[in-house]
Amino acid sequence: MKIYIEVNGQKKVYDVAPDEYLLDTLREDNFYSIKRGCDNSSCGVCTVLMDGKAVQSCTLLSVKADGHKITTIEGYQDEAKKLSEHFGHQGADQCGYCNSSLALTVHAMKDEIVKPTNKDIKEYLVGNLCRCTGYEAQHRAIKLCLEDDE
Amino acid sequence: MKVVNHALPSIDGKGLMMGKKAYTDDLSEPKSLIVKVLRSPHPYAKIVKIDTAKAEALDGVELVLTYKDFDRRPFTRAGQGYPEPSPHDKFVLDNYVRYIGDEAAAVAAIDVKTAEKALKLIEIEYEVLEPVLDFETAFENEILVHTEPEIHDMFPIGFDPKKNLAASYHMHVGDVTKSLEESEVIIEESFYTQAQAHVMLEPHNVNARVDYQGRLVIYSSTQTPIHVRRIISQALDYPLSKIRVIKPRVGGGFGGKQAIHGEMFVATVTLKTGKPSKMMYTRKEVFESSYSRHPMRFDIKLGSTKDGVLKAIDCWVVSDTGAYGEHALTVFMVAAAKVFPLYNKVDSVRFHGNVVYTNHTPAGAYRGYGAIQGNFALESSIDMLCHKLKIDPVEFRQKNMIKETETSPIFKIMGEGTEGIEMFMESCKLDYCVKRGSELVKWKEKYPRKELGNSKVKGVGMAIAMQGSGIPYIDMAAATIKLNDDGFYNLMIGATDIGQGSDTILAQIAAEALGTTLDKVIVYSSDTDLTPYDTGAYASSTTYVSGNAVLKAGKEMRQMIIDEAAKVFEVNPEDVEYDGVVLKSKDKEITLKDLSNRLFYNEDQKQLQITSSYYGTKSPPPFMAGFVEIDVDKETGEVDIIDYVSIVDCGTTINPMLAKGQVEGGIVQGIGMAMYEEVLYTKKGKLVTNDMMNYRIPTRREINNLTTEFADSYEESGPYGAKSVGEIGIDTPPAALANAVYNAVGVRITTLPITPEKILMAIKEKEKGEK
Repeated sequence: MKIYIEVNGQKKVYDVAPDEYLLDTLREDNFYSIKRGCDNSSCGVCTVLMDGKAVQSCTLLSVKADGHKITTIEGYQDEAKKLSEHFGHQGADQCGYCNSSLALTVHAMKDEIVKPTNKDIKEYLVGNLCRCTGYEAQHRAIKLCLEDDE
Repeated sequence: MKVVNHALPSIDGKGLMMGKKAYTDDLSEPKSLIVKVLRSPHPYAKIVKIDTAKAEALDGVELVLTYKDFDRRPFTRAGQGYPEPSPHDKFVLDNYVRYIGDEAAAVAAIDVKTAEKALKLIEIEYEVLEPVLDFETAFENEILVHTEPEIHDMFPIGFDPKKNLAASYHMHVGDVTKSLEESEVIIEESFYTQAQAHVMLEPHNVNARVDYQGRLVIYSSTQTPIHVRRIISQALDYPLSKIRVIKPRVGGGFGGKQAIHGEMFVATVTLKTGKPSKMMYTRKEVFESSYSRHPMRFDIKLGSTKDGVLKAIDCWVVSDTGAYGEHALTVFMVAAAKVFPLYNKVDSVRFHGNVVYTNHTPAGAYRGYGAIQGNFALESSIDMLCHKLKIDPVEFRQKNMIKETETSPIFKIMGEGTEGIEMFMESCKLDYCVKRGSELVKWKEKYPRKELGNSKVKGVGMAIAMQGSGIPYIDMAAATIKLNDDGFYNLMIGATDIGQGSDTILAQIAAEALGTTLDKVIVYSSDTDLTPYDTGAYASSTTYVSGNAVLKAGKEMRQMIIDEAAKVFEVNPEDVEYDGVVLKSKDKEITLKDLSNRLFYNEDQKQLQITSSYYGTKSPPPFMAGFVEIDVDKETGEVDIIDYVSIVDCGTTINPMLAKGQVEGGIVQGIGMAMYEEVLYTKKGKLVTNDMMNYRIPTRREINNLTTEFADSYEESGPYGAKSVGEIGIDTPPAALANAVYNAVGVRITTLPITPEKILMAIKEKEKGEK
């Protein structure tokens, strides 16, 4: 069946199966920032924004995205670049598999919370798991990036 | 130093955050055949009949593979050097299945849906066998997990499948029975560690195609591309020269990607069909059908004088390797070899036991690799001894632990699967680590506990640890440096970046040796056709072993450049001054840029390129002291980890920020094993904790504060004074947390993970006893 989605501001038409997940639809269309991780929306690496809200594309049926606006980090390249500068300086880069989705969730957080506290940041990003860094360096980098915005 | 020991940003972080095409699955061919595996629903069964006709007839199915399609050629998936210290006890497909999730058949189809449908159409008649599910009764059990006549070890490792032994081992120093008899104070306890899962966020992915030259090209999310090539060739009896293995960006490994996973299936499918294929493990498959850490039971006995001089360590261990014996002996040996030398002043040590087969998911390599298990047992029992002696655990360790210039007889006796080598600690700042850590955590003020009111108690605990830096005389690494026109370089390395940042730190070492900047060193790593040999990313070898190879190549390239300039200037090389940019001799000078252009296009043309290799003749251990502060709720057993203080001696940190990331990532994985990561099986041997909702790794919420510092240390044999740092971080949390819980509420938890339920039950037991 045909679905109509606006991906990163560009109108797209996808021919999808009724039981197809958005993760597969978008990866098939070369959106490599969206990763497959846990298959049950526990880890966060498949995060996309649907109408600005973070959702897990590994369990979201593509048909449910019909008529909605989807954003991936491909749509916020400058923001990703900026956050990555801080990640680099704080040693927060490791395998990188969770980084794109984390950058996207940070974007959603900024839209939702004005001046998030440390606790806000932890709670907002709690669904974005990372097995490499122990989180500490990521937090330093995210805080510095938020300070930069001010 | 201008590049080394500087916290430079990683060379690849930006592109990855921006979502560029980089990982294995990003690089699969469009329209690849999807390979799926039919997995055993039984912990142990014989395939009596297998009928693939219906599956093969399904539209879109290209190929169905069963054991009948493969020669009886046993191999090990372990992903180690050759000959491996792991038994060759696995067939690509076998007519027996040995755990729930084991491979029974495979299909290749045009898409996931068709492949999954085809799996359901394969008809298998199983003769269900009684499994061995309790590893403590596996040894000499009448049920045998392996009865195939073809399986064998590569050299003696204590392999005896007729007793369910994948490996067994015995070592001793001195007379432990006598030392224990003479000891004034004895501690005796049993400890259990669980089958921790790696949970790297990128699942195991692999894909294959035949290129225009007819060669099999495999992209694999692996830690050991060169071993993978060799093992595919041996297991499938396919020429090594016709296989190319490329490791793209890897989304975490932690040992979980040292071994072979789907490589045999995609290789077979692509060779048989001529079509590209790919296999993506589901998360359930990663949990059930890859491998975990070896669960172990330790029976440990310590003996000391009453004034706190440790005299004897006696330890019997049973390790559960599950259905296949990958890393059976080596993980087992590391449980002592990289733990017991911490207390090098003892009169006697005995370490022995069995690595048994069971019908569980196999165990294999995992960061810490035996050391974390051994550390939990030894460092917990050391604290028990301290309490019995009424000696402060920090003071006890300061008195008994290994110091700089000292050695331990264990180094010579125990290597990894073989004998070890004698080693003196040329760099060991453990003294400083313990002192600094106790200052930062305010040990004197907080030890052992402080009542906080509201049923909460604050406690502190600590543990010390050591690891290694590669496997001496076995691990070899090579690096190629090529000078390009315009004066920039390529660094080609077999070393395998799996996210730990080795491409960056090896480029830093090269840049330092060449006298250039990081941007002038373009790294290409882990491609069996293009990069030189390296064992791969395991055994904490990369910084030390691969780093030394890069340093050597860098120095040699620098000399080659000077030699060329000397020819231009018509002087002796000794008379050339070189700062990495400009070459000078008296009044003459030429920039590297001009020299390199001249060498390509104008005069005396040649390509400057050098390959250097290095193998370690020792394995200098990194050391650390871990201190943890916790708040325990006596009414619920819940533990809040307030701060984890790590003071690490890894020699020079090539990149202090990335080194810190290695330590902190390790600490949090260690905290996961210590506190949260419960592994549960049903009575029938089915893994219950087989997804990320049930298997709980630490989230941001559990981690309040990590304090991480490095000791000022210099390892003479390391590149710019460095030792390795990839594994050491994971070792201390289980013991340090168990010790902190004891210090807080007076109960000793000896079985990991240390859950609130266990703490609460122990508190209640203790209260009952006190009444």
